[in-house]
Amino acid sequence: MPALTAAKKSPRPAARPGRSAPELIFGDLWEFDPAPETADPKLKPRYDLFINGQFVAPKGGKYFDSINPANEQKLAEIALATPADVDAAYAAAQRAYDGVWGKMPGRERAKYLFRIARLLQDRAREFAVAETLDGGKPIKESRDFDVPMAAAHFFYHAGWADKLDYVAPGRSVAPLGVVGQVIPWNFPLLMCAWKIAPALAMGNTVVLKPAETTSITALKLAEIFQDAGLPPGVVNFVTGAGGVGAAVMNHPTPAKIAFTGSTEVGKIIMRGLAGTDKKMTMELGGKAANIVFDDAPLDQAVEGIVNGIFFNQGHVCCAGSRLLVQESVAEKVLAKLKNRIRTLRVGDPMDKNTDIGAINSREQLDRITKLVAAGVKEGNEMFQAACKLPAKGFYFRPTIFSGVSMSSRVAREEIFGPVLSVLTFRTVDEAIEKANNTAYGLSAGVWTDKGSRILKMSTELKAGVVWANTYNKFDPTSPFGGYKESGFGREGGRQGLLDYCKLV
Amino acid sequence: MSRLPITKTPKVYVGGAFIRSESARVYPLKDAAGEFYANIPQCTRKDLRNAVEAAAKAGPGWAKRTAYNRGQILYRLAEMIEARGGEMSAALVLGGAKPAAAAREVTASVDRLIYYAGWTDKYEQVLGNVNPVAAPYFNFTVTEPMGIVGVIAPDSTPLLALISLVAPAITSGNTVVALASTTQPYPAILLGEMLATSDLPGGVVNILTGFRKEMISTFATHTHLRALGGVVNADERKALALGAADSVKRTHLLKTEDKPDWFADTAQSVYAIRDTLEFKTTWHPIGA
Repeated sequence: MPALTAAKKSPRPAARPGRSAPELIFGDLWEFDPAPETADPKLKPRYDLFINGQFVAPKGGKYFDSINPANEQKLAEIALATPADVDAAYAAAQRAYDGVWGKMPGRERAKYLFRIARLLQDRAREFAVAETLDGGKPIKESRDFDVPMAAAHFFYHAGWADKLDYVAPGRSVAPLGVVGQVIPWNFPLLMCAWKIAPALAMGNTVVLKPAETTSITALKLAEIFQDAGLPPGVVNFVTGAGGVGAAVMNHPTPAKIAFTGSTEVGKIIMRGLAGTDKKMTMELGGKAANIVFDDAPLDQAVEGIVNGIFFNQGHVCCAGSRLLVQESVAEKVLAKLKNRIRTLRVGDPMDKNTDIGAINSREQLDRITKLVAAGVKEGNEMFQAACKLPAKGFYFRPTIFSGVSMSSRVAREEIFGPVLSVLTFRTVDEAIEKANNTAYGLSAGVWTDKGSRILKMSTELKAGVVWANTYNKFDPTSPFGGYKESGFGREGGRQGLLDYCKLV
Repeated sequence: MSRLPITKTPKVYVGGAFIRSESARVYPLKDAAGEFYANIPQCTRKDLRNAVEAAAKAGPGWAKRTAYNRGQILYRLAEMIEARGGEMSAALVLGGAKPAAAAREVTASVDRLIYYAGWTDKYEQVLGNVNPVAAPYFNFTVTEPMGIVGVIAPDSTPLLALISLVAPAITSGNTVVALASTTQPYPAILLGEMLATSDLPGGVVNILTGFRKEMISTFATHTHLRALGGVVNADERKALALGAADSVKRTHLLKTEDKPDWFADTAQSVYAIRDTLEFKTTWHPIGA
């Protein structure tokens, strides 16, 4: 039947030999109308410390400014805690542990955590706006990821509070007491939830220090604790910079210290706690390999690579900052990737169309700039999207280094910004070898069509989280944490809960 | 005329071979009556580094053994100790133990190995799990051995303590570099001989003898040691924790002053296995 054969068409016109397929041109050619998020973040002009269920002025009477990194304008004043404030916070936490929280039946603790989850959902939009204003991340991320995921963490852990007999089969568990926690500025509210929810579910009380550039959503969360009727002292927030963090970490009261931040600071904390009986959880840096095999669905992989490194401006400890591409498809992937990042919208984090927002602080922008300069000096080939950047505020163009060698600084050091290093490999073994050739071991990504290869890679990669054909996925039920110098202990899931108790 | 017995030259078991210290140093071991018994290798930091290298070579192969196979090998080790129980008891008596206590320590040590032999193909089912994530992924958390574990054994119940510290680490596929009790090294020397006939691949367990103060700093700072366990005093704990910070090493150190009771029910546990495990979570897509 010749008619049928004639009607059959190939699905896509093949590119003529020697010429590439036609491409759409993006960049600044098409302007989007502004689509600003306008919900009221309900910010206070001044945020005090949250100790014993009350907002209290710092004993030193000093405050520091929290600015919006998108335009460098002041958002609010934040209390600078003194060592005496840290003492007061720990005293309140100890009283709350001894008097109320440590003895409360799990089913009652659960109800408080459920309440907190619900109240956070109620005010989700307000929190999302506050998070974006304070930290610079795109509103679509704080709205669709940070805030809902924070609520999910409280909801998940709430249900554990009366089921702790199932956490450690064969043994009984007991809370540790007071825990001291220090969190970073990349996911301010979400890190609060990751730290507080399991600690409280287990019956511990908390003194937590948010990062100095992003304290606002923690203190807004304190308002929710008040609305939820959480007993005074169960959670206390002290604000300030590294000095306050050191006071929180090195205080004699806490039975456990939980830290999320850089490997460098994690090591300092570990040294500070050497010789004490304090338990520790360290969630530190990373330099994750995102590995693309030649059989991977390449368009999907390119989306995953973009999400892996440009999510939250690359301010992600598990960011897929080392792209390992199989040599046979390297050119193709790189070309697709360059095209794709030309379409990324960099700018006002409050715009709903923004893909990449503001770098969290000038200090971080300087660090990224310095490392990128080092990458150029080393002779790596650099590509940056030619997007317009706002005149005020801290911004950095999405950047790709290609032809990078394993010894290059941009392949070894955590940049914590929108900077991707591209390396190539030929065989599965070479991919494994290169991926594991790092002091870090937090996460990795694998892109392939072959299920058995996913499991082979997952088995061989020395990393705490392995994403297959996806990247940067999180869930309260899914334990997160690193191998090697990316830290120890897990957050989320049954494994994370066990790190907040002792076996009795 | 009575026959002069042949005495044994104690050697340490490293990389599946019996060696003297590279330093050629020894220290005298005396029996309970204070009489010279034998010269014990006084191992050095270099010996420790060599042992770590041996452990690193053995590690991947041991970790890849099936759980069933590891279980049988641990069971075989128990068989070897049981079969030479009298000799091991005598080694403990040599260090001052009463014969009945020595015999009890040997049988408890054998039983401890049997306990962990049975765990090799079960701990994963207790410690790992599937996670019901709110997205279309098959999300599961499994354990992996950390790698090379440093063990510093105490002087009291030197055999039972050493085995209780080593067994949970190798159950999951870690390899071990252990420093035996300084004052009672002989049971550890004998244990090396039993390890050698147990089907356990060479290099999986390496046992050194010598002085703690000469080796603590290398235990603390050697970056290839991923975890440290043992029974140590306050100064040693601090030194080990300080050094461990440099490479974010995991430490699970018991206190000498707490006098851990290795006969207690809690001295063996799946959570002792957990101490030298990493957790790995995989997100595997679900789709056609």
